[in-house]
Amino acid sequence: MEGLFLDGVRIALGGRLLVSLTRHVPPGAVLTVMGPSGAGKSSLLAYLGGFLDPAFTACGRALVDGVEITALPAEERHVGILFQDPLLFPHMSVAGNLMFALPESVKGRAERRRRAEAALCGVGMAGLGGRDPATLSGGQKARVALARVLVSEPRMLLLDEPFSKLDTQLRQQMRQLVFSKARESGLPVLLVTHDMADARAAGGEIVKIGA
Amino acid sequence: MLTRLGPLLTVVLLTGPVAFGLAGTVLPAFGFLPALGGTTLTLDHLRALLAQPAIWTSAAISLATGLASTLLSIAIVMLFVAGWAGTRLFARLQHLVSPLLSLPHAAAAFALAFLIAPSGMLARLASPWLTGWQRPPDLLIVHDPMGLSMMAGLVAKEVPFLLLMVLAALPQVPLAQTRMLAASMGYGRVAGFLGGLWPAVYRQIRLPVFAVIAFATSVVDVAVILGPTRPAPLAVRLVEWMNDPNLAMRHLASAGALLQLAVTALALALWVGLERAGRALCILAVEGGLRMRRDAAVRGMALGAMVLSAGAVFAGLATLALWSFAGLWQFPDALPATFTLKSWIRVLPRIADPLLTTLAAGFLSTLIAGLLSVLCLMREEETGRRPGPALMLLYLPLLVPQVAFVFGLQLFLIYTGTLATMPALVLSHLVFVMPYAYLALKDPWHAFDRRFDRLAAGFGKQRWQRLFLVRLPMMTRAILTMGAIGFAVSVGLYLPTVLVGAGRLTTITSEAVALASGGDRRVVGVYAFWQMLLPMLGFAVATLVPALIFRRFRDMQV
Repeated sequence: MEGLFLDGVRIALGGRLLVSLTRHVPPGAVLTVMGPSGAGKSSLLAYLGGFLDPAFTACGRALVDGVEITALPAEERHVGILFQDPLLFPHMSVAGNLMFALPESVKGRAERRRRAEAALCGVGMAGLGGRDPATLSGGQKARVALARVLVSEPRMLLLDEPFSKLDTQLRQQMRQLVFSKARESGLPVLLVTHDMADARAAGGEIVKIGA
Repeated sequence: MLTRLGPLLTVVLLTGPVAFGLAGTVLPAFGFLPALGGTTLTLDHLRALLAQPAIWTSAAISLATGLASTLLSIAIVMLFVAGWAGTRLFARLQHLVSPLLSLPHAAAAFALAFLIAPSGMLARLASPWLTGWQRPPDLLIVHDPMGLSMMAGLVAKEVPFLLLMVLAALPQVPLAQTRMLAASMGYGRVAGFLGGLWPAVYRQIRLPVFAVIAFATSVVDVAVILGPTRPAPLAVRLVEWMNDPNLAMRHLASAGALLQLAVTALALALWVGLERAGRALCILAVEGGLRMRRDAAVRGMALGAMVLSAGAVFAGLATLALWSFAGLWQFPDALPATFTLKSWIRVLPRIADPLLTTLAAGFLSTLIAGLLSVLCLMREEETGRRPGPALMLLYLPLLVPQVAFVFGLQLFLIYTGTLATMPALVLSHLVFVMPYAYLALKDPWHAFDRRFDRLAAGFGKQRWQRLFLVRLPMMTRAILTMGAIGFAVSVGLYLPTVLVGAGRLTTITSEAVALASGGDRRVVGVYAFWQMLLPMLGFAVATLVPALIFRRFRDMQV
């Protein structure tokens, strides 16, 4: 099956069932998960990313393009994440951040640099590779974070309220950019948010949990 | 998994030497020492100990100086924080006092001695215009029989230590809000702080306070430099017996170490009693609504004591530095008549070896301690558990008097033929460096935003890549600071160096203390200068290196 398939995913904390979900997200489509804080949104992300706290119990499985990612260690899942904060590595240049994310299969320093520059260009940040991330504006950082996650060639994208810290105008731009890039790359996306506008912009199915 | 080994190795490396050491101390005290033909248990050695002249006086000096210096230090720190925390002056003094933490005890003791001795800087500054002294007066200021100067030396080092412990605990209490609340109810600053915040702060620093008591009741280096001599504090006499060429004295020394254990235990028990009394007083004051609105005098005194204790050490260090460069320097001149590099040149050939040993032992023990700390912290994250009772184990080497177990450890090293070898010295230093390294790294480690780690995993990076390419580089500053603290602890260690090095492996600190009785001030000045310099170099590296490596990255500069 193409895309992300959540097959009977159930996450519980101390006997309390938080999430129970079976869904199919085709490549390029977005599944939006909404719910109040503490409802288990972040535990669903942690479950897919491979970082669920041992205090939680989870069963079921998640597959991307037929590969059961929940059977793999975190570093082999290739699940790209965008958080609320851009979280650019402060000890690497902008290009360094991208080259760190680039798969090891891309060989040769020149080629890796070229790929990083191309990815920057794709988010309208051409020529800024040499910059210290700390000198970028909030919107620029968000773009670099997006370019970084795309360049890592993920199987899918997890978005953890990635627009909530941007101001209104920027938020609109970033929504469009992120969702169009995901469609372009044919990535299934799981978006967690409590902003209805995010969900509408995503345009996919909306699941409410913990309500 | 390697991280699984971390906590295990740490527990073995910390408790092993303490347990073996205690056994190696207690058994010979009761006559069991097969190497010297002792295979039966007997109370003879304890009887011999109690027959030693003035043994109870020695024990009483240890108990009294240890307890009194701790009580005074905690009172100064408590009232200073109560009266001044949150003010600009507090922040300034905090920066002034913090460097003293890395100063070896022996160097602080020398500094004080050079300041207050009859021929010291204070007497020189006051003579002859005030005192009329043309020659140093025949007064027993240093080595006074009451142990007052020894207590002053201990206070000078314990105040910075306790202050830093309190500073680490302060962010966990709502300081500003409580201050406002208490003030709105009409409480003075001191009363408001003591009633509203101190109990919560004290709970956090209780183990460090116990460590201070254990150290102060059994200290050797400060006692040798400043303490009473007839009789000397218990720990000093033990080390003399231990170093006696007559091996049979080992039994006596071991019996004495047993008494030292009892003295420290008694001091801790008395302290717990004092805590109870303090709590009762605090409850009385709080329930009685004691406002103490006019506390300016108390605040002033606390500030004065803080400035005095730090200022005395700094003035003493300056005097030490002067002596190391002094040519002719007659009493009562405040400055040497000539300055010369002679002392430095004269000392150079024999200081090289101890210097190398100091650097090697400090570097290696800190490196191992850092590695183990990282492994332990990684393991904590893996399991999602914080070490509860295990943290007590970390404090174990700091709560048991050093003499009581380093004696036995020495015996064990003699048996295995490893006495006075570098690995043994590093191991013995590691026991004391490890707790500080772990405590220094713990908070920054937990403060690291783990989402960076998750991101990197999403990029397909293995665990070790994530550690070495993301987490450790981002924590460079915290790690190097941990290293500087560990190195400073190792540089300052006296007793483990003397007993494990057995005179063949010496460090700057052990050499400096050995020179104390010789009385050549210029040479002592050079050694004490190095003692002061080495920890400072460590902190300089911890500040400058990250600033240089990451000079292009603004968020890596703090």
